[in-house]
Amino acid sequence: MASGRGARSWLGLPRSLVLGTFSVVLVLGAWWAATSGFRLLNPLRLPAPVEVWVAFQQILDRGYAGGTLWSHAQHSLGLVAKGFAVAIFTGVPLGLLMGWSRHAEALINPIFLLLRPIPALAWIPLAIVWFGLGDTGKIFVIWLTAFVPSVINAFTGVRQVDPVLIAAARTQGASTAQVIRHVVIPGSMPMIFTGLRLSLQASWTTLVAAELVGAFFGLGRVLNIAGQDIFPGMIIVGMVAVAVCGAVTTWLLGLVERRVINWRPAV
Amino acid sequence: MGQRNFLGPSGTVLGHGEFWLLTLAGFGLFFGTWWGVTALGLLPAQTLPSPLDVWQTLVRLWERPFAGHVYSEHLGASIRRFLMGWAIAVAIGIPLGLLMGWYRVLDEVITPLFDSIRFVAPLAWVPLAALWFGTGIGGPLLIIFVGSFAPCVISAYRGARLVEERLVEAAQMLGASSRQTIWHVVIPGSLPSIIAGLRVSAGLGWQSLVGSELIVVGAGLGYLMVQGQANLETSVVIAGMIGIGIVGFVMDVLLRAVESAFRRRWGQE
Repeated sequence: MASGRGARSWLGLPRSLVLGTFSVVLVLGAWWAATSGFRLLNPLRLPAPVEVWVAFQQILDRGYAGGTLWSHAQHSLGLVAKGFAVAIFTGVPLGLLMGWSRHAEALINPIFLLLRPIPALAWIPLAIVWFGLGDTGKIFVIWLTAFVPSVINAFTGVRQVDPVLIAAARTQGASTAQVIRHVVIPGSMPMIFTGLRLSLQASWTTLVAAELVGAFFGLGRVLNIAGQDIFPGMIIVGMVAVAVCGAVTTWLLGLVERRVINWRPAV
Repeated sequence: MGQRNFLGPSGTVLGHGEFWLLTLAGFGLFFGTWWGVTALGLLPAQTLPSPLDVWQTLVRLWERPFAGHVYSEHLGASIRRFLMGWAIAVAIGIPLGLLMGWYRVLDEVITPLFDSIRFVAPLAWVPLAALWFGTGIGGPLLIIFVGSFAPCVISAYRGARLVEERLVEAAQMLGASSRQTIWHVVIPGSLPSIIAGLRVSAGLGWQSLVGSELIVVGAGLGYLMVQGQANLETSVVIAGMIGIGIVGFVMDVLLRAVESAFRRRWGQE
């Protein structure tokens, strides 16, 4: 539409990089100016950059809300990893089965129709009734978050496999197990990973919500305590930590995706 | 999942009768297991109330207030809050996405900021929202806004970028101003993408609303559930979940209908 992408403008650097850096620096500068520079904002509403830095140092060295930043992050990462792994190992096979067999679909689909419209976040109070405030409840709600998209995308993935490929494999004498193993599963992988990417981000939202509602440990706990202490610097540290965890896990999933789907370029 | 081709990839054929029988069996399995587990006393009612309990609780909540309001008032509070937050996200996100798709400078300036904030889970804004707005309406609105903003921007942006350059060039060659091109070519051309984005953003916004209500407010379905949990009335919790599910479902159906109506109108099917 406008001129071509990747145009170079300044010192041979890509224009988008220069403008992007400029805008980020501008916003950080405005933040500093509004808080420390001219004291336009009440520090209890928006902390100054230096307060965030102090909070960061504090949670890194001495810890906050019962642990250091790393230990809280590790705990949250562990919960997401566990819930997500269980969701993949239960959801994908079920979705494959439903995609493969119309009978299984007809039988299992009604249960999904009933449960799918209820967001995983709405299960948090029930999870607390069932499992208390410990880790099991968190793993349960993360499992729910990732389970439904895993099933649906695996299902859709199977249905999108070209029937000609299946027929071709059959005419060449492939058994059902071989067809599933070598045609159906690889064919549905791209779709499955699309679902996983979406549900990974949702898993972090669910975990933060669950930890805010009640937890003994984790990044949501840090946010919760910082909110109660009215410690704005620490709230920002918690938010950034959640964002970094979300970004890192998304990046890791991308690595796995490229390794698993190695027969075509990533989209 | 509603294709009407009854031949599965496995090569087995599913007849009409068989389909409905299995679907019925599926529903039966769900409610039967639920009812069976509670009727046999395998789980106490505090852990899992029976379907009948939940139904009676729904009727009771409809007539008598719980957590300060009757069910319809909680429902109304949630829907109002959601619509306000979502409307703000749509009103800011769609124009912003269109402008970013149209003006490259804006894209290059805003995208890095947008990307650095996108990974903050919407619910992580709760403590900050509490600092800014206290217990007022602003807090949940901010959470819903954050939850539903990104899909609005992204879908409008994609839509604007996918408009055929040929059409834009034709309009400009015929003497259309930049404003006219945006209004008559870019916006209609990106509508399908925008409407698909609206559906996604409504779903995410509704989730964020539920999350924020669990934490910060004094009315609404989420609040009802938290109070039910605190009072160990699990049937109230499930009654809340049912309301949330039904609203989410109805919203999705409505937006799907709008989406397919637009697709037909603009000849994309």
